[in-house]
Amino acid sequence: MYAYDDIDRTLVNERVAEFRDQVKRRLSGELSEDEFKMLRLQNGVYLQLHAYMYRIAIPYGTLASNQLRRLAHVARRYDRGYGHFTTRQNIQFNWIKLAELPDAMADLAEVGIQSMQTSGNNMRNVTADQWAGVAPGEVEDPRIWAELLRQFTTLHPEFSFLPRKFKIAITASEHDRAAIKIHDIGLRLLKNEQGETGFEVLVGGGLGRSPFIAKTIKPFVHGHDILSYVEAILRVYNQYGRRDNIYKARIKILVHELGIEKFAAEVEEEWQQIREGVLKLDEGIVEDIRSRFFYPAYETQPAMPDELKQAAHDPKFEAWRKNSVFPHKQQGYAIAVVSLKPVGKPPGDATADQMDALADIADKYSFGEIRVGHEQNLALPHVKKRDLPAVWKALEAIGLAIPNVNLVSDIIACPGLDYCSLANARSIPIAQEITRRFANHDTANLIGRLHINISGCINACGHHHVGHIGILGVEKNNEEFYQITIGGRADEGAELGTLIGPAVPYAEVADVVEDIVEAYLALRARPEELFVDTVKRLGVEPFRERVYATR
Amino acid sequence: MTSPLQQKIKITGPSIVTANRTWDGAVIYRTGSKSWSDELAEAAIVRTADEARALLTEAVADDLNAIGPYIAPVEVAADGAVKPGNMREHIRLTGATIALPAQA
Repeated sequence: MYAYDDIDRTLVNERVAEFRDQVKRRLSGELSEDEFKMLRLQNGVYLQLHAYMYRIAIPYGTLASNQLRRLAHVARRYDRGYGHFTTRQNIQFNWIKLAELPDAMADLAEVGIQSMQTSGNNMRNVTADQWAGVAPGEVEDPRIWAELLRQFTTLHPEFSFLPRKFKIAITASEHDRAAIKIHDIGLRLLKNEQGETGFEVLVGGGLGRSPFIAKTIKPFVHGHDILSYVEAILRVYNQYGRRDNIYKARIKILVHELGIEKFAAEVEEEWQQIREGVLKLDEGIVEDIRSRFFYPAYETQPAMPDELKQAAHDPKFEAWRKNSVFPHKQQGYAIAVVSLKPVGKPPGDATADQMDALADIADKYSFGEIRVGHEQNLALPHVKKRDLPAVWKALEAIGLAIPNVNLVSDIIACPGLDYCSLANARSIPIAQEITRRFANHDTANLIGRLHINISGCINACGHHHVGHIGILGVEKNNEEFYQITIGGRADEGAELGTLIGPAVPYAEVADVVEDIVEAYLALRARPEELFVDTVKRLGVEPFRERVYATR
Repeated sequence: MTSPLQQKIKITGPSIVTANRTWDGAVIYRTGSKSWSDELAEAAIVRTADEARALLTEAVADDLNAIGPYIAPVEVAADGAVKPGNMREHIRLTGATIALPAQA
């Protein structure tokens, strides 16, 4: 966990007071909506179909149990008893009243939660591998750098009026769980031959109307240069980014139009002018941030405790353990992923009661810490292996011992037309129906790892382009249709999916997904060949033939 | 931001003006008596571009109470009952098509 200092607390409290005054002036008519809109957006307040939506940042996906309890309180006191975890380590409340927002914001500020820059054309929440600090083989904890970047970019005047929103993600593991290649800047922490910490810097990734996989702009930037290098990228973007056309305003378009070599040359020129200046990090600054992260006092634990051996006789527990429990850097401990994808329910939603209960479980079994991943699941990052049976029982009691992590029913979905004013089609009911079709755990296990991502419009909040199966809602003659892609992936081998055929109507989407899965089971070379690898080996044509033969 | 009044108004059938209420964001409809209602049945129905422009002009002027007024299609049955003209407006009127995870 990161402990806020007085500067952080003052900043957040001042922001709450400022927003309270802005809301008061809006409700009195002193501010028009045109004047107020940018102010509310800078604080994560959107207007959706039925109500305001409030988006709150969970920097690098790390939450303390008291923070989760406070989110539950906000859900209960100001909203409708639940929250929605997003693909960027945020949580959204969908029914909040503008008049009550300042109070909700103040309640959150008391526990160090804020919503600055969760919307608007500025630097958004800096995200990270949700297993940061506990993943085996990690170079070092990337959250230290994410926190540095968060502090550097928060309310930075040069980054407050960018051509468009800007997102940074960071990982320190070989396997990319942070989807860095679909971010404006992706950072992969590594060591050079001298053992010094630095970053491979990628730029120009993003989804939406024009999807691009990020390209490496520099294979190694020393850690002490990372702020100046990020600033150089943003300066070039600020100078050349298309402010005249919202559809061409993201940095990915600039990188694409200039070409990565020309863009890199512009950044290099800018960087050389500032790299030896005030942004050069000395070890003291990094150490200060590092010292504000608190790590659990791990105990010596057996690699295979008796409790785990005994529980292995229970097939339900074993199903959950095999699916949801992952190796930890510390012997005798594990990472327990908490799926928020129950059959027939909205992906990524958690009720206030579940949040409270999960906070209690975290206190008892995970040093009071919870993680939020971009797949819209949570994790308990420090569970003693011997406690896994107890954790499973506790999760089962609140409906969250769902053994479907990374399986076909572990679906990423945006809120879609049920909530979102930008959406053309619904996402959640599509996800719900697919989870019902694949509710049988043995079937889902037989299929293996398969990520389905659903977006209700081209803005791609559900990351459909990088789903193994991607589903995009469109509107045709006032009806909901869905384009389906296959072969996308969001990890270190990130790729955009390929369209499989014409869009299909709402009622047929789950059938098509079943057909695709059946085709995969027939086409895969061996049971261990993942869906996405079969698509890579064979291309989309065999799938297209089978799916559209009778349509 | 482009004002809705700067956009070309084209309607193909009965329409209403709808917005979100400022203090809580709830869906509201412009009535024929220069006010707002959360009941679609009380919305003023317009059938020509000129009528729509007039109703929208009046709605936009009420910036204190309503956010983002726009013209939306409706269907009017023979008995006068009004229904939303598309899925989006149907959801705005009746709520999400899914069961909410909780209801505090």
